[in-house]
Amino acid sequence: MAQMTMIQAITDALDIELNKDDRTLIFGEDVGKNGGVFRATEGLQDKHGEDRVFNTPLAESGIGGLAIGLSMEGFRPIMEIQFFGFLFEVMDSIAGQMSRTRFRMGGSRNMPITVRSPFGGGVATPEMHADSLEGLIAQSPGVKVVIPSNPYDAKGLLISSIRDNDPVVFLEHMKLYRSFREEVPEGEYTIPLGEANVVKEGTDVSIIAYGAMVREAIAAAETLEKEGINAEIIDLRTVYPLDIDTLIKTTEKTGRVVVVQEAQRQAGVGEKVISEISQRAVLSLKAPIQFVAAPNTVYPFGMAEKEWLPNANDIVEAVKEATVF
Amino acid sequence: MVKKETQTIEALLDANNFDFSTVKVLDESGKIVNEALMPELSDEELVDFMEKMVFYREWNERMFALSRQGRLGFVAPTAGQEASQLGTVLATTSDDVLFPGYRDLPQLMEHGLPRHKAFLWSKGHVDGSTYPEDFRAYPPQIIIGAQYVQAAGAALGIKKNGRKAIAMTWTGDGGSSQGDFYEGINYAGAYKAPAVFVIQNNGWAISTPRESQTAAPTLAQKAVAAGIPGIQVDGMDILAVYAVTKAAREFAIEGNGPVLIETLCYRYGAHSLSGDDPKRYQPEGAQEHWRGLDPLNRFRIFLTEKGLWTEEREEEVVAQAKEEAKQAIQDAEAAPKQKVSDFLKNMFEEADQITQEQIEQYEAKENK
Ligand SMILES: Cc1ncc(C[n+]2csc(CCOP(=O)(O)OP(=O)(O)O)c2C)c(N)n1
Repeated sequence: MAQMTMIQAITDALDIELNKDDRTLIFGEDVGKNGGVFRATEGLQDKHGEDRVFNTPLAESGIGGLAIGLSMEGFRPIMEIQFFGFLFEVMDSIAGQMSRTRFRMGGSRNMPITVRSPFGGGVATPEMHADSLEGLIAQSPGVKVVIPSNPYDAKGLLISSIRDNDPVVFLEHMKLYRSFREEVPEGEYTIPLGEANVVKEGTDVSIIAYGAMVREAIAAAETLEKEGINAEIIDLRTVYPLDIDTLIKTTEKTGRVVVVQEAQRQAGVGEKVISEISQRAVLSLKAPIQFVAAPNTVYPFGMAEKEWLPNANDIVEAVKEATVF
Repeated sequence: MVKKETQTIEALLDANNFDFSTVKVLDESGKIVNEALMPELSDEELVDFMEKMVFYREWNERMFALSRQGRLGFVAPTAGQEASQLGTVLATTSDDVLFPGYRDLPQLMEHGLPRHKAFLWSKGHVDGSTYPEDFRAYPPQIIIGAQYVQAAGAALGIKKNGRKAIAMTWTGDGGSSQGDFYEGINYAGAYKAPAVFVIQNNGWAISTPRESQTAAPTLAQKAVAAGIPGIQVDGMDILAVYAVTKAAREFAIEGNGPVLIETLCYRYGAHSLSGDDPKRYQPEGAQEHWRGLDPLNRFRIFLTEKGLWTEEREEEVVAQAKEEAKQAIQDAEAAPKQKVSDFLKNMFEEADQITQEQIEQYEAKENK
């Protein structure tokens, strides 16, 4: 076992998969010599060669199209979108094209594409870099969306994503890249896509979160513990498909649910979680479901991120709303 | 039987090669090499060009220093691109509409953006992008390529409004690979809209060298497919950049449609000051090569020989840039804190019910 940051765990997973299968390719803007702007592909071009790890011209739609075409030639592309805010440039390739190839060809083709991209707020990037756009993809049939919250999960989930024969959008929260280290096993291991993780068992309330909000939920649970409230924390890990069983189980156990997402309240993954719980387990609820999310604005300017992003305090307050009811 | 000449593919292709040789006026030793293209400029105007280049070279230094102190946010260095940035924008007027990229703050400031707003933009404050209605420009674009299609739209609007003006926009060599780049020049060409499109070819898109962007020998030739003129110009030569841009503007205003200009320049510093290290990817000696072609240096020699420039004047301009940067950062730092409730109020002309509820929630928090 080694102590790793999330970005090291990601590099490790990519290295393992490049070694394992020579049809695996990594490409995107600046992923070569520079190792990507966050250094996720650091050293991989040196080790595996320019044929396997290479820079593309600056055009996201081109990157997506390249992945689709290469898949048809039997390769397993791992494409990097430098920041997920640039999703719109490659939206057609992801949501319009790779998503529907299996369907439109009667199940006769695989699209084993992994789309890696950093996203998420709180690190003072320029405009249009930090937006949480997972909801847009989660609404597109035919694409899986994976969002790890820690180094251990990142490695196991990324290996699973690369081995999956369907398109997977793998989103890496920038704030988690280097903020902490964790024990990560050497060598390969996988975490199945579509399985949530019970981060902490609890009896009074279920906090359901994903990505960086899992860290906020953990901080909130510590505060709540001191006030005698014992929270269970669920990390979705995959936001499409959702792990319905775990969601229902925790709802039945605690009867009180707080859903947390970093994205705007407007729509998205949190709404879907609330909707599934309401449809399947409304009678287990002892209080209305609480929803912690960002306000319905465009992602704000760097200087205002702190006021805008949901945090542990907001979760504590929402839990209290749910428990005093 | 007559033996048929075999046509080689090379011979067929040759006919499609275009001459996109670089337009130059002033060489690196400060000599005029193309008298015919020398723009008609008064001594005052020539001196003004130099003052501006010196000003923004120092401004770049100030940005570095302020960034190191943690007083700025996103900073994209501009040293090396003074002739390209200023030579293009100085050929415009306040009637023209500008669509800058994230590195093009100097052009915005020359168009009239108050200096402290440039810093506020860097820091991530909405006041940095809040412009008066008669200021014809958009905030710096982050999404590479988006400014090109928008400039095409503005140019068509200018034409429909019968205004004698252009839309001008800038991207980099990397940006010229984007789909939006091609769509922008093609649309403007199809509508004969008065746009001047600039590609600042500084050799690098973050770590990706120009040669990795395209197999095309020049970026100017991309204009051919759109049916519009494309010109490559020495982007370290402010006189050439200015002359070409001015001609392009006149061409566009006369109803002939858009022009694409490629300026050959260099970015001395990192891509941005957010952790990029050019030593990781740039070959040794490249910096020195380009420093030898420096736009300030050659213009300085030219003006000094004409008796129009002195070391003292240069020092004064440097001091003035320092002073203005100091004032600008103070003004930026005095800007009021941003409120989420204001953001919410600015989402729509009239807030919907949920937005209205959120405005009230955030106002309650902010007034606590
Ligand atoms: C659509 C989009 N893709 C990627 C980026 C990330 N990015 C920012 S600058 C840059 C390189 C741009 O190079 P170039 O166009 O040559 O301009 P330069 O920065 O060299 O002036 C990249 C890839 C972005 N901002 N927008």
